[in-house]
Amino acid sequence: MKFRSLIFANLFRKKIRLILTIGSFAIALVLFTFLAVVNSAFHRGIDIAGADRLVIVSRVGLMQVMPVSYGDQVRAIPGVKYVTHDHWFGGVYQDERNFFPQFVIDPENHRKVYPEFIVPDDQWNAFVKDQQGAIAGAKTAKRFGWKVGDRIPIKNTLYGPTKTWEFNLDGIYRTEKPDGDEGQFWLQWKNFDENIPDSIKEMKSTAGWYILKLDSPDDSVRVAKAIDTKFANSSYETKTETESAFAAGFAKQFGNIEFLILSVGSVVFFTLLLVTGNTMAISVRERTAELAVLKAIGVTDRSILFLVLAESMMIALFGGVLGLLLAWAAIPVISAAVTGLLPPLLLSKTMLSFGLVFAVFVGVVSGLLPGIGAMRMRVVNALRRV
Amino acid sequence: MIRVDGQENGKSLIQVRGLSKTYRRGGEEIQVLQRLNLDVDKGDFVGFMGPSGSGKTTLLNLLGGLDVPTEGSITVDGDEITHMSGSKLTKWRARHVGFIFQMYNLIPVLTAYQNVELPLLLTKLSGSERRKHVETALSVVGLTDRMNHYPRQLSGGQEQRVTIARAIVSDPTFLLCDEPTGDLDRKSADEIMALIEELVARHGKTVLMVTHDPVVAARAHTTLHLEKGVLVEASKLAQGVVAGGVK
Repeated sequence: MKFRSLIFANLFRKKIRLILTIGSFAIALVLFTFLAVVNSAFHRGIDIAGADRLVIVSRVGLMQVMPVSYGDQVRAIPGVKYVTHDHWFGGVYQDERNFFPQFVIDPENHRKVYPEFIVPDDQWNAFVKDQQGAIAGAKTAKRFGWKVGDRIPIKNTLYGPTKTWEFNLDGIYRTEKPDGDEGQFWLQWKNFDENIPDSIKEMKSTAGWYILKLDSPDDSVRVAKAIDTKFANSSYETKTETESAFAAGFAKQFGNIEFLILSVGSVVFFTLLLVTGNTMAISVRERTAELAVLKAIGVTDRSILFLVLAESMMIALFGGVLGLLLAWAAIPVISAAVTGLLPPLLLSKTMLSFGLVFAVFVGVVSGLLPGIGAMRMRVVNALRRV
Repeated sequence: MIRVDGQENGKSLIQVRGLSKTYRRGGEEIQVLQRLNLDVDKGDFVGFMGPSGSGKTTLLNLLGGLDVPTEGSITVDGDEITHMSGSKLTKWRARHVGFIFQMYNLIPVLTAYQNVELPLLLTKLSGSERRKHVETALSVVGLTDRMNHYPRQLSGGQEQRVTIARAIVSDPTFLLCDEPTGDLDRKSADEIMALIEELVARHGKTVLMVTHDPVVAARAHTTLHLEKGVLVEASKLAQGVVAGGVK
């Protein structure tokens, strides 16, 4: 590229303006990336949901329980392969800020329904045998420095008078995918059920929700309908949906995150366009005579457009790389700071690549208008203005 | 020999026939050039003089392919440029015209060397060939020792020398100078004019120059006067010019 020295020389012509533009671009891109990461975090549950899994909740609401006896009845429906149930435990470990999701699980079937959670066999067997046992996700274990064999005290205020439950950490699970949820904490349903105080005995022998694995995803509509029909007009009516629909509904409880992110993202995008476009417009206007001379000595209109676009793309690329580096450094820190309030925030390679493509796209679009103006500029008129 | 009578002699480098240029300003038509004829041979040095608005720069722009005439034709070295497309004209300019402007118009962020190299970036010359050409051009204008200086580090006269080096580096068919000494003191102006004379005398360059300055104009082989778009008078110095403009 013969004009390389000219492009770089022009780029660094006004250093303070360049630094400010790149800085604005980088900060805006950090914000944009953060929004994309939050959006992705809220959708992760939907994305990783098994197509062959259904979730049954009470028709009244997620906080309402259902009899544990439903499990056998559901299992009898043709097309259902395995059924397991969960409960929300909702305890506090040392301090309320140390939030992590705790689920009361059914050890007999949980592993069959969720094969993506990987627990070494010896640890799993120890957990099944130990009624006070617990399994923690690798991320949560790392966060609190737990290791297998530790005794974990968790204070609970949801079920009866405040009580500290103590668990033996029998195992640590991991997930198949690097962005899988390794933040959960599981305890045994039998332990939970036996320790429900008499004051809330209606909670005994119940499940918060059921998760079932199907023989085939094709059966999902039929099975869901069969389940809800079966329990219609009972004391505990059900609402059955696919796991992805359930995850999407759960995300919606936080408000219309997608709309919010799209709105803020659009503002950020147009701000980036304006910042870079304005810099390029000023830069081209300042160089009217120089561009006219270049045209006079034989530089083609297309090359003039290329020179302007190359410059705006360089600004966007520098700003983009800086912004993505900042985001890459900041997001794990933010994620740790908001643990419990938001799902884990992960900046994937795909997102980094998208960020880079986005930056280049903004660079091209913002340089287009001043570039076309420079391209169409008549040499005679431009020289007359000097 | 320079002629304005429109008579063919078959060896003109630049041949202008019936050249008119009309601008439209606020609904009013302003005729800047009126059916001019001009013949310039290779190695000629012609100066155009005239008051402001007489059409000197317009004529220069038309000859340099920067503007298109309303009527008439311009033929340079056998190529009729008046009907060329914009992109073809751009390529033609790169090959045939060297521009020298009053305000130098150097790129301030490039060194003298890089400024002179610019026209060569449009050619297929290799890096080493370009370097040879640039060094030759800078030595012709006597600025070899300043090649790594930026325009801000040079005097006005030196800047204009760099502009001249940029204009000659690709060995164009002719040079167009628009008030080349207009922004210089007398001493620097003399040096620049001596350089242009040398380009004509020693290197056989053809030069067309617009100037307000009679002292500068007197250095040309021939001076033509433009009055309201018409070549009205031939320079006394021009022995071979047929007097008068063509209407």
